[in-house]
Amino acid sequence: MRPRRQLVVFSLGAAATLSVSLALAQAPTYRAPHRADGHPDLSGVWQAFVTANWDLQDHEAQPGLHPELEGAYDAEPGGQGIVEGGVIPYQPWALAKKKENFEKRAKGEVSDDKKWHAVGDPELKCYMPGVPRATYMPHPFQIVQGSNNTILMAYEFTSATRIVRMNWTQESPADSWMGWSRGRWEGDTLVVDVTGQREETWLDRAGDFHSDKLHVVERYTPTSPYHMLYEATLEDPKVYTRPWKISFPLYRRMEKNLQLIEFKCVPFTEELLYGRFRKPGATR
Amino acid sequence: MKTVACSVVAVAIALTAALAGQTPAKQAKAYAVPRTPWGDPDLQGVWNDATSTPLQRPNGTKDVLTDEEAADFQASLAHELTRDRRDGGPEVDVNRAYNDHWMDARRLKITADHRTSLIVEPRDGRIPPLVPLSPERQAARAARAAANARFNQGLPDDYTDMSLPVRCIIRTDSPPYLPTIYNNDFQIFQSPGIVAISPEMIHSARMVYTDGRPHLNGSLHQWLGDSRGRWDGTTLVVETTNFRSDDGVIFQGASPESFRITERFTRVDPTSINYEFTVEDPTTWTKPWTAIIPWTKIDPAEQMYEYGCHEDNFDIVHFLKGARNRQKNAR
Repeated sequence: MRPRRQLVVFSLGAAATLSVSLALAQAPTYRAPHRADGHPDLSGVWQAFVTANWDLQDHEAQPGLHPELEGAYDAEPGGQGIVEGGVIPYQPWALAKKKENFEKRAKGEVSDDKKWHAVGDPELKCYMPGVPRATYMPHPFQIVQGSNNTILMAYEFTSATRIVRMNWTQESPADSWMGWSRGRWEGDTLVVDVTGQREETWLDRAGDFHSDKLHVVERYTPTSPYHMLYEATLEDPKVYTRPWKISFPLYRRMEKNLQLIEFKCVPFTEELLYGRFRKPGATR
Repeated sequence: MKTVACSVVAVAIALTAALAGQTPAKQAKAYAVPRTPWGDPDLQGVWNDATSTPLQRPNGTKDVLTDEEAADFQASLAHELTRDRRDGGPEVDVNRAYNDHWMDARRLKITADHRTSLIVEPRDGRIPPLVPLSPERQAARAARAAANARFNQGLPDDYTDMSLPVRCIIRTDSPPYLPTIYNNDFQIFQSPGIVAISPEMIHSARMVYTDGRPHLNGSLHQWLGDSRGRWDGTTLVVETTNFRSDDGVIFQGASPESFRITERFTRVDPTSINYEFTVEDPTTWTKPWTAIIPWTKIDPAEQMYEYGCHEDNFDIVHFLKGARNRQKNAR
C-alpha cells in the first residue's frame, strides 16, 4: 500500500505543477478598466527590464570596449534571451553579416556620404532606434493615448517619437527611422503594424539587423494595472528564414511625479563623428 | 511685476479682439470649444503655423492692412523670400532656388487679420530695446558672433562653430514656436493630466503636465526646458522653466536665470488655434513682449512626417571638410 500511495501523491503533485504552468502560459485573466471609448488606457511611462539591447539572444556578461579606460563602467550585463526558440533564424549570408556588424559596432565613420551608414551601431551614433529596439532600450518611454485616432509613443532615447495611427489604411509614404505605425484593437490588446523602417537600424549591440523589408507586428496587452505583455513578430524575407517572435513584460514606472528626462545624445556623439574634421591646432 | 504682466495680457486681448475682425463678440459666442471625454478643452490634431507675417513690423509700415495693402505687402515679402528673383547671377539664383524648393507654400501668406508683425505688444510691433548687458554676456555674444562669422565664410573651425539647429540638437521644437521656412507642423496629443506637443522639426514631444505637479527641481536642466500647464477657461497656459544654459538654448540669448516664457493656446474656431507667447527678462529687454501666431488645422490626409535630422546630417561633414580644403588650398 505504502509505495502505491506515494505514487498517487507524486502524480497529484505533478498535475498541480502542470496546472500552474498552464495558467501562466494562458492569456492573462486580468481585465483592464475601459475608457469611454471601450478600450484600455495605456497612457503612462513604461520600461522594459530585459538586457536585449545588448543582445536579443542569451548572453554572458562582457567587459566593455575599453576596459583599460573604463573598467566595469563600460561592461555589459549578461541576460537570458527574449527570442522564442532561442535563436534568430538568419539566412546564412545574414548570419555572417551580423558577425561583421558586431566586429565593427563601435566605428563611427562618416567622411563618405555613400558609406555613411555602412558600419557602426546606430545607437553608438545616437540615431533613432527603430521598432522594436526602442521598446527595450534601457530608457523609459511614454504613451499618450488620446481620444482621437492617434496614439503618441515618445521615447527617452534621443527624444525619438512615433505616431500610431489607428485603423489607418494609407501606406508609408517613405521609409523613416521609427517607421510607419498603424494600430488596431483586438479585445484589450493594442496591435501595431510597423512597416516603412529604414534598413539602417539595428536590433541590438550584438549586430542583429534587418532589411528594408522588415515587417513588425507588435502586441501590447495589459496584464495588471502596472504591467503589459509586449510581443513582437519580425518578418523579413530578405534576412530571415521565417518570422520570429520576442516577448517580455513592460513595467509601469510608479515613482511620484516621474517624467521622461531628456536623453539628447547628439552632443555625446559629435566628437566621435566630427572631431577628426577640426581645424588643426584649434581648441575644443 | 504682476501689474505689468496683467496689463500686457489686457492690451494683447484688446488688440486681438480689435484685430479679429468686425464682430469679435459675435464670433466668440458662436464657437463652443470642443471638449475631450474627460472634460478638457480639446486641442488634438495636426496644426500648422506658417505665415509670412514677420515677427517684427518693418519700419514705416502700419499695423493692420486693408485687403489691397495686404496683397502688396505679401508680394513684397515673397520677393524678400526670394520667389521668382533672377538678379545676382546664376550661382546666387541656384542657391535661392534650392531654399525655395523646400519652402512651405503657406509661408507666402500673411495672417488672415492682415497684421504686419507677429508681435502685438509693444504696440510698435518691435522687440523692445535691450538693456546694457553684463561684460560676461557681451563676451559670450561676441564669441558666438565670431563663430557665426567663421561659419558664414565657409571656414568653421569645428562643429561647435555651428548653431544648435545645424547640429540637429534643437530646432523649432524649443519654445516659443516661430514659423520657419519649412516643416511648420505640430501635432497635439492629450490624455488626462497631460498635453503633448510634437513639432515636426525635430521629432521631440514636449510633455506639458496639467495634473498640478511641481516643476523639476532647479538642479535639473533640459534643452527644451520643463513645461507645466493649466487651463484658464478654454485656454491652455504653459509655463516653461529649467532650460539649459548652453549658448543658443534660451530664446534670443536671454539669461537662463531671469528668462520667463508663458504660452497660451486657445481654440478660436473649428480650424484655428490662437498661439500667444509672452517673454520677459529684465536683464535682456527693457520690457516684456508678446506675439500672436495663428495655427491652422491641416487636412488629416496631410500627415506629420518624421524629420530625421542628425541621422543623415551630411551637411555638417561637408561644411567641415570644405573648410579644411579651403584652408589647405589657401596655403
